[in-house]
Amino acid sequence: MTVSTAVFYLVAAITIGSAMIVAFSRNIIYSAFSLLGTFAGVAGIYIFLGADFVAAVQVLIYVGGILVLVLFAVMLTHRITDVEITNRAAGRIPALIVVGVLVYLLAQTVRETPWAKAKEIVYAATTAKIGDLFLDTYLLPFELASLVLLAALIGAVVISRKEIKE
Amino acid sequence: MVPLNHYLILSAAIFAIGVVGVVIRRNLIVVLMSIELMLNAVNLTFIAFSRFLGSMEGQVVVFFVMAVAAAEAVVGLAIIISVFRHRQSLDPQEMQLLKW
Repeated sequence: MTVSTAVFYLVAAITIGSAMIVAFSRNIIYSAFSLLGTFAGVAGIYIFLGADFVAAVQVLIYVGGILVLVLFAVMLTHRITDVEITNRAAGRIPALIVVGVLVYLLAQTVRETPWAKAKEIVYAATTAKIGDLFLDTYLLPFELASLVLLAALIGAVVISRKEIKE
Repeated sequence: MVPLNHYLILSAAIFAIGVVGVVIRRNLIVVLMSIELMLNAVNLTFIAFSRFLGSMEGQVVVFFVMAVAAAEAVVGLAIIISVFRHRQSLDPQEMQLLKW
């Protein structure tokens, strides 16, 4: 096993471990902070896959944006002192059955399918190619995405403001 | 060189953890975090295939997924804060106004 393979499994273990803390921790603050480990771990795996620009964007958007937003929501909504009652679990056994079936199906699919692969894999900077695709083939979805973001921006402000009684 | 299958298994594991979080947790914010976990797992699959098929399209799709995920997180958290202001609770099982 080479060093890079070992590092991959280490990063994967950190990612899965913190994802489990997110889903299973009884304390919502721990959940929110473990999300950092998951997002950073996924960014590390993007780097393993040679997707440098996506990894940078992952750190900027998820770690810098969504995570801070989630922490703000946690702080705004909860009396932090009574964490015990804030994050109860419900219906464990049927949930675990459903998820077990899901994991089995996914793992079978991964193992049984003969995935087509490229002959050789080249490491190269991806930013220029991504930019070309955005402004050429995917121009319309690109513009639509900006429209979606604008709508979300306005919608979030309208929904979360205090109502003013006339 | 790590084979493609290992990336897919890792992604499936993260996705399954996200599903567990959505199903068993009784706090809307944790449910939202678990949805983010699932979106991340799907992004990971896209990038892995993009790498092993030698195609750039997967990475472009990931950006669209990220844009929608950011929009979803922002609107979702705004709704959560609004709901909390009205009901002083984030338990989805108490939100049954439409149930009869």
